Amino acid sequence: MPNLKPKLAMYWAASCGGCEIALANINEALLEIDAYFDFMFCPCLLDTKRADIEALPDKAIFLTLFNGALRTEENLEMAELLRCKSQIFIAFGACAASGGIPALANQHGISHMLETVFCGSASTDNIQGLIPGATSAVPGGELELPAFLQRVLAVHEAVTVDYTMPGCPPEPEQIVAVIRHVASGNPLPGNGTLLGCTPRAVCDQCEREKRGSLAARLVRPFEALPEAGWCLAEQGFACIGTATHGGCGALCPAVAMPCTGCYGALDLDADPGAAALSALVAVVDPGESSGKAEADIHAHLRGALAGVADPLGTFYRYNLATATVANRSPEVDQ
Amino acid sequence: MNQRITIDPITRLEGHGRIEIFLDDAGEVVSAYFQVPELRGFESFCVGRQSEEMPNITNRICGVCPEAHHIAAAKALDEMFGAPCLPAAVRIRELIYSAFFVTDHTTHFYCLGGPDFIVGPDAPKEERNILGVIRKVGLDAGKEVIACRARNHGLIKKLGGRGVHLCGALPGGWSVAVTPEIAEEARQIARQNIEFALFSLETFHQIVLGNEAYRDLVMGDLYAHQTYSMGTVDADNAPNFYDGTIRVVDPAGNELTRYRPQKYLDHIAEHVEPWSYVKFPYLKKIGWKGFVDGPESGVYQATPLARLNVADRMATPRAQAEFERFFDAFGCRGTGPGGRNRPVHHRLATHWARLVELLYAAERMQELADHPELCDPNVRQIVSYRAGVGIGSVEAPRGTLTHHYSCDERGILTSVNLVVGTTNNNAPIGMSIAKAAKGLIHNGVVNDGILNRVEMAFRLYDPCCSCATHAIGTAPLEITIRRAGVGTILDRISRGC
Repeated sequence: MPNLKPKLAMYWAASCGGCEIALANINEALLEIDAYFDFMFCPCLLDTKRADIEALPDKAIFLTLFNGALRTEENLEMAELLRCKSQIFIAFGACAASGGIPALANQHGISHMLETVFCGSASTDNIQGLIPGATSAVPGGELELPAFLQRVLAVHEAVTVDYTMPGCPPEPEQIVAVIRHVASGNPLPGNGTLLGCTPRAVCDQCEREKRGSLAARLVRPFEALPEAGWCLAEQGFACIGTATHGGCGALCPAVAMPCTGCYGALDLDADPGAAALSALVAVVDPGESSGKAEADIHAHLRGALAGVADPLGTFYRYNLATATVANRSPEVDQ
Repeated sequence: MNQRITIDPITRLEGHGRIEIFLDDAGEVVSAYFQVPELRGFESFCVGRQSEEMPNITNRICGVCPEAHHIAAAKALDEMFGAPCLPAAVRIRELIYSAFFVTDHTTHFYCLGGPDFIVGPDAPKEERNILGVIRKVGLDAGKEVIACRARNHGLIKKLGGRGVHLCGALPGGWSVAVTPEIAEEARQIARQNIEFALFSLETFHQIVLGNEAYRDLVMGDLYAHQTYSMGTVDADNAPNFYDGTIRVVDPAGNELTRYRPQKYLDHIAEHVEPWSYVKFPYLKKIGWKGFVDGPESGVYQATPLARLNVADRMATPRAQAEFERFFDAFGCRGTGPGGRNRPVHHRLATHWARLVELLYAAERMQELADHPELCDPNVRQIVSYRAGVGIGSVEAPRGTLTHHYSCDERGILTSVNLVVGTTNNNAPIGMSIAKAAKGLIHNGVVNDGILNRVEMAFRLYDPCCSCATHAIGTAPLEITIRRAGVGTILDRISRGC
């Protein structure tokens, strides 16, 4: 009895599984998915194998939610395979959209990663300096491991992406809304559209009040106790909600923690980190500079901005795959 | 001329895995390997980050158990900043952690591991999933499963900000206090969780232990392994998921060692094999002797079953009753050294142990929710950063989890080491797969049911390859059959062929 419902696939590349859990967290709406779609590929939850996908005709899958960045050749192969087999291919979540947390590895490069993990960690017993990879002879035959790509890629850098759903992970309410829209048969927006987020900043959904004041200096989250109900950025916390797409419901500020930018940069044309940095420092009081020595002005500014001690991890946390600053050349690793 | 079977991807786990099986000319299994073909490298790219961000970066190691990384990171920060966690914040952390254990174990039993029993190991693969489970146990029971996950994730979201990748942890505290409304909700949820845990145990007794074929699988030798067991216990030797002393017992039940997590490097080391991106921890006192069982081998397991094996009792009454029933069923109660229980080595019993833990987590959650000072507003403190070292450990659902950081005088990380729940079990998973493959595959005959039973050998560990590789991406499991020696692929087994 062939299943005539539209096929739905979900796949993870270099990811954490949080996107799958976000899907599971749509709760009863899972039954709607089962009613409308033939949910047929999702290694976390279902037993379909890669060969089953390879055996499908092109475009046999109606909708694929592809999460995770591309770190290995296997990730790349799966992106290409699923793109080829899918009518609609969505880059799902921050890792697929812009590299996410795994793309932070682009800062140090592969050699640093392998040496740290397999030779440099405190508990590793590896006198021979063995680095796993490629082909190994074992009793019975040979085993292979997929090679690493030179740098972590966002999915759209390798295959054509129809839509992008940001978030780390996308919020369940947004997932339900998108899936219901697709299931309704109503026309889809133009290719390249961001789905499951708002065109306005996180601040738009944040209940904290903006008072229009400037922060004397940036502070780290453990250096001050935030006042309830007042904008965290104006209190000096490194909240980058002003530069980040809304759609999450401003969840982190609601529990007095700054937005870290997981829904992606509002300005798609700017360097995401530069845009976030600009938005944040706009709320810091530069102090009086007239008549002051240049060195004193700089010392004051350094102090005022010291609350961000790791600009790369603060402003580029989820987008280092696509940020201009991270397009390192392979020679850097040499 | 050997042949080779590859299962790729292995499925119903967190992360990517692959099984490779080599057959000889007679079609008998020569060897089998569990490979994790992914690595993201958190230990590398967290260097240079602000240390207080570790709860919010390392929770992205795993979206299934972000709470475990979030809390382990927080505990490492408490120590590194010299800021003992405020009592009210400890209660919030542990309350969240109990709710998390309920939802995580529920997810595994019903969505990942359970379908093999509830729907059946030989059921069509299209049915072996949560939707098949719902069809089998009925929509009402299915809705109970969904409701259990929903209410606990909802509470985690209220207290931690987000349903996945919560964000409330701070050095020495938590970002928000518990309101009276949330406290009341937590009390209700805990009561419902206890009922749900009892229902799940009843389901297990009926569907699994009440079925002779399944019972034989659980009680038989195919999935049995005699290794050391590791888990965190309190002063009375009852399991504690949030904090305590790490205890290790040998296959006969003698205590080998117990230590504070800060001393982990004296007890644990990680062996490297060239064919997997996940390392293989072992007990230093015994040494790495390869993929072998027994007291002479440093291989240990850290799982729900291991935690029951190292425990003398459970800290809550209903879980204690089930704990006794569990060891009675295997004839192990009180028959070990000094009147302790003998460890249970039937690894499929891990599914049962997981449900005992589900019940304990629910009861512990109730204790915390009923605490008279749960709504104490003093949850967040100002601390100063300094150069230092911090080690934080919790019991993740999949085993003992350790975060170990060093930072400079600005609180910027200079080194990060992670020993993760599933990583502990990397060697046992490989051993269980190899034993199952050798016991099940003869004369080169393989089919979907046989291969799924091989996969059941890893699935019982509820492995999280995402965590284990805190390292790289995720692929489902694939089994490849090859000729030994030459490696010619004779067949890529694809389910249903």
